[in-house]
Amino acid sequence: MRAPISFPRTGTSEFGRALLDPEAGTPAGLIGPDGLNAPKRFSVYRNNVIVSLREALEHTFPAIKALLGEEYFSALARAFVLQHPPKSPVLIWYGAEFADFIEAFPPLEAYSYLADVARVEWDWLQAYHAKDAAPMDPALLGQTDPDCVGRVRFVRHPAARLVASSWPIWDLVRVNRFETDNAIEIDLNRSQAVLITRPDLDVDLYLLRPGGDVFLNALFEGVTLGDAAAKAQAQRQEFSLSDCLSDCLSSGAFTGLQNDG
Amino acid sequence: MKHKAMSAAIVAGAVATAVAGLSTTVPAHAAAKEKCYGVSLKGQNDCKAGAGTTCAGTSTVDYQGNAWTLVPKGTCATMDVPGDRHGSLTELKRDLPEA
Repeated sequence: MRAPISFPRTGTSEFGRALLDPEAGTPAGLIGPDGLNAPKRFSVYRNNVIVSLREALEHTFPAIKALLGEEYFSALARAFVLQHPPKSPVLIWYGAEFADFIEAFPPLEAYSYLADVARVEWDWLQAYHAKDAAPMDPALLGQTDPDCVGRVRFVRHPAARLVASSWPIWDLVRVNRFETDNAIEIDLNRSQAVLITRPDLDVDLYLLRPGGDVFLNALFEGVTLGDAAAKAQAQRQEFSLSDCLSDCLSSGAFTGLQNDG
Repeated sequence: MKHKAMSAAIVAGAVATAVAGLSTTVPAHAAAKEKCYGVSLKGQNDCKAGAGTTCAGTSTVDYQGNAWTLVPKGTCATMDVPGDRHGSLTELKRDLPEA
């Protein structure tokens, strides 16, 4: 998602650079009521900038915080903030690069599932703020001529997102964020794909069945129903078209059918 | 990539099964809920003015911890990825500049 508003990027001015570099001194010309340079005032301001951005990350990525612990998360978030100052004044879009940052952060190499967990959390936030839209009525498919139904293409719901991982991200996100009281056993050898939707007001998460990620991803790309099913079947033998289609329809992943279907 | 096509009859059959199973279970999404405009998620409407302002000091106040020197203590701590990659945390510690 792009921010429609642009503003001078932090770091393009002496003030901006000093804001993100604790080693830098107080920018010239910054004076207090006594007419003297005001390093303490500037430090307070700098502190607020970093702390508020770090807190925004904390609220967007609570599972990552639970996985890393408070101390580690704070240090990691701070490192991120210094490297990735906001590009937009809209704080709900802050943190888009956090998952990639985690993935490339060498000390976390032994925890390679973290980046995909962060992707789920980021997509949860994007789904939360996505445009409202009524999901497709499944009956619409029932009304399609059975001979043509394989050629229909779907329109993705603005909130619908998919994260496929070679890690058990569904379990990790649940146990560290949504179902923290449940004892969910994590098997790191399991691959899971998560569908995120917001058919109404609440964001929903679904674990996709085998092949469901391939199928849904193809449908999101505008591939026909028949071709998407064949693609999923080719990759996962146990793929069940009726089950996966049922999941996609009931979760509100689409708003309708494309007209040329 | 070209895959063996799925026959139209199979697709139509699966669609019929899926739709039939849903017609009774899908909730009416037009439920009378109203969106409260202007309500932001916690932490994302924060201009840090007024109560809650973090100004408890000076330049060193924001968390100065170095993530490179830390080890995750949350639930991660019990879930290292299997394999021979555990060395990275300790090895990298040695490369840290003098504090």
